Amino acid sequence: MGDSPKSKSGDLALAAHGLHKTFKIPEERSHTLKERALHPFRRSRYERLEALKDISFAVERGEFFGIVGRNGSGKSTLLKCLAGIYRADRGEIWCEGRMSTFIELGVGFNPDLAAYDNVTLNGIMLGLSPREARARYERVIEFAELEEFQDLKLKNYSSGMHVRLAFSVAIQVDAEILLIDEVLAVGDAGFQQKCFDVFNRMRDEGRTIVFVTHDMSAVNRFCHRAMLLERGELVALGEPTQVADKYLEVSFGREIGYTELAGDVPRVGDGAARVSDVWLGDMPDTRATIAPQSQPTTLKALVTFNTTVRDPAVTMAIHNEDHQPVIVGNTVIEQEHSGVFHAGEQVVFAFSFHNMLAPGRYEPSFTVSHRGGGLSVIDRYQGGFSFVVTGSVASGGLVEVPVQTEITNHGHLDLQHQTIA
Amino acid sequence: MSVGTRSTLDGQLEPVAGALGTPIRGPRALTGDRSRFWQLAYNIARSEFKLKFFGSALGYLWQLMRPLLLFGVLYVFFVEIFHVDRAKGAAAHAYGAQLLGSIVLFTFFSEATTGAVRSVVDRENLVRKIQFPRLAIPVSVVLLGLFNLGLNLVVVLIFAVISGVKPTLTWLELPVIVAFLTVFSTGVAMLLSALFVRFRDIQPIWEVGSQILFYCSPVIIPVETVRERLVPNQDAFKHFLYHLYMLNPLAVAFQELRHAMINPHTLSAAQASGSWQALLGPVALVAIVFALGFLVFNRAAPHIAEDL
Repeated sequence: MGDSPKSKSGDLALAAHGLHKTFKIPEERSHTLKERALHPFRRSRYERLEALKDISFAVERGEFFGIVGRNGSGKSTLLKCLAGIYRADRGEIWCEGRMSTFIELGVGFNPDLAAYDNVTLNGIMLGLSPREARARYERVIEFAELEEFQDLKLKNYSSGMHVRLAFSVAIQVDAEILLIDEVLAVGDAGFQQKCFDVFNRMRDEGRTIVFVTHDMSAVNRFCHRAMLLERGELVALGEPTQVADKYLEVSFGREIGYTELAGDVPRVGDGAARVSDVWLGDMPDTRATIAPQSQPTTLKALVTFNTTVRDPAVTMAIHNEDHQPVIVGNTVIEQEHSGVFHAGEQVVFAFSFHNMLAPGRYEPSFTVSHRGGGLSVIDRYQGGFSFVVTGSVASGGLVEVPVQTEITNHGHLDLQHQTIA
Repeated sequence: MSVGTRSTLDGQLEPVAGALGTPIRGPRALTGDRSRFWQLAYNIARSEFKLKFFGSALGYLWQLMRPLLLFGVLYVFFVEIFHVDRAKGAAAHAYGAQLLGSIVLFTFFSEATTGAVRSVVDRENLVRKIQFPRLAIPVSVVLLGLFNLGLNLVVVLIFAVISGVKPTLTWLELPVIVAFLTVFSTGVAMLLSALFVRFRDIQPIWEVGSQILFYCSPVIIPVETVRERLVPNQDAFKHFLYHLYMLNPLAVAFQELRHAMINPHTLSAAQASGSWQALLGPVALVAIVFALGFLVFNRAAPHIAEDL
């Protein structure tokens, strides 16, 4: 997205400096005058929730700027502060030009009114003058493909029609700065494509768009730059790909606290050996939980033998979140005669592969089995360890295999006929 | 504009204080753009009006029904049975139209204020999702009341003409009376809607409060009757009560409507109060209520979205 139409002069459209926002959440809210009168000296206790901590950033004119973060990271609060719906406790915000906010589609739609009234009222709410709002009605209806239904009351619309109408109104607002909060994921596939086209068009027109989402693929598709919030703090700001990596890291990385082998994981097998540790990377003490995409990756299992076992086979399977094995490796093929191991010996089995997994969380399993007839299971380990693959390529496939494409133009059909003749 | 930024080491832009044109200071009661405020208030009111008007087959009729029914009941009880109007000679002429006029004005005040109480909270969705001058919400409720008042006043005038009232020049006072009442209602509406966000028992309190105001205003019992009972008396307390009674802006508005629009033989607001100067009391009261309402709403406006 580097070759964007953004201006080189560094004009700013929106800037925020040192924003703080704290919500006071009363533990027990006295909602009535009566309670106040009965307990005049009881101070209501508050729980303070710091939603934004010292956020500073600037958005250039014509930039498509993404704000990403998990639920509760403060991204929506930030958007509301930018939009002027919340007042920031500290810090300053400036904007240059007309600004419009889409936190929710169809705000103020009244189910008992027909499309015309709702479209004009909603347009005025979003900042149009009444004349502009009325003049744009035809275009709105056309874009929403609701010409046949415009006389219906809104309550008789399907939810899809409702959303289409709301989106159509929203994009008719010609603000120079648009603040958009996850309104992309609406409508059927055809309409979604239309929405994407509109966003692309707006970007190409040089409008400034600030887009809040937790969908990294949308950020990668549209944004020039992105910003990552985590627990109210600005964690990363820069290229969408970098921010995407960081996002996956904070989304999955922090909550991995169970890399130690859990004792209560159900085990199967005869117990001649036991998988006693599993880790990602070269050494057990590094305890990595992140496996970056398109890099050599190694998973290792430490097996402790309880009796003498001859030529055992170890199978590794990496399961995705749907519990499908995506990559399976086995010592049988390459090392059929793995050797003889005695009681008390600890052996490390390593499985290396080029990481072509799609971003997400994975859970490896290890199965130690006897060689020979039926591969009877000695021990199976699964469910105590998981890791996260980070990367910006998410094509939608289970694995990300580099695919070469080629386009050959065979020219016009009649030309071919001529050459054949 | 590039003056406003400097590049940090990693090449990111960092804003410097005072960089750009418009500072965003969060939600307020009123913003600089007054035309947008009025457009919003007007259009919210208009869509609400449309809903009531076209919502049912007999839309307009239902709208009239409330004041008319109240009028019918009061008329039967107080005029046909208790003859409240009888004592006062010429002032009693067209008592029915006087009663209806007062009811219609009170209906406006009551709709504007009780409607405003929940208005901001009920429009939570707008307040939390869109930036707009917050005051547009209670003001739209008052505007809606004005639309209805306009229609109801037509009925009052028809009724008055049927009762034998002749149009006079004093009819020109009507806009002043309505404006006076509108300012008062707006003040109360702002106050109540802002307070209701934090104190939910404002609603039942105001329901009782407006009932009290109904009976403390010259709707059923004409000012002349009240005056007869309280003023000739030497009792200072009763004099005080009467002055308190006439301090009520509703009393002034209703009485002036009676006098100017329906029956010139009734006391004008100034006559009923004793002098023109005495009218300054209710006017000052309206000004105070309006200012207080605006101040309270203005203070609450930045936090309404969070306090809901």
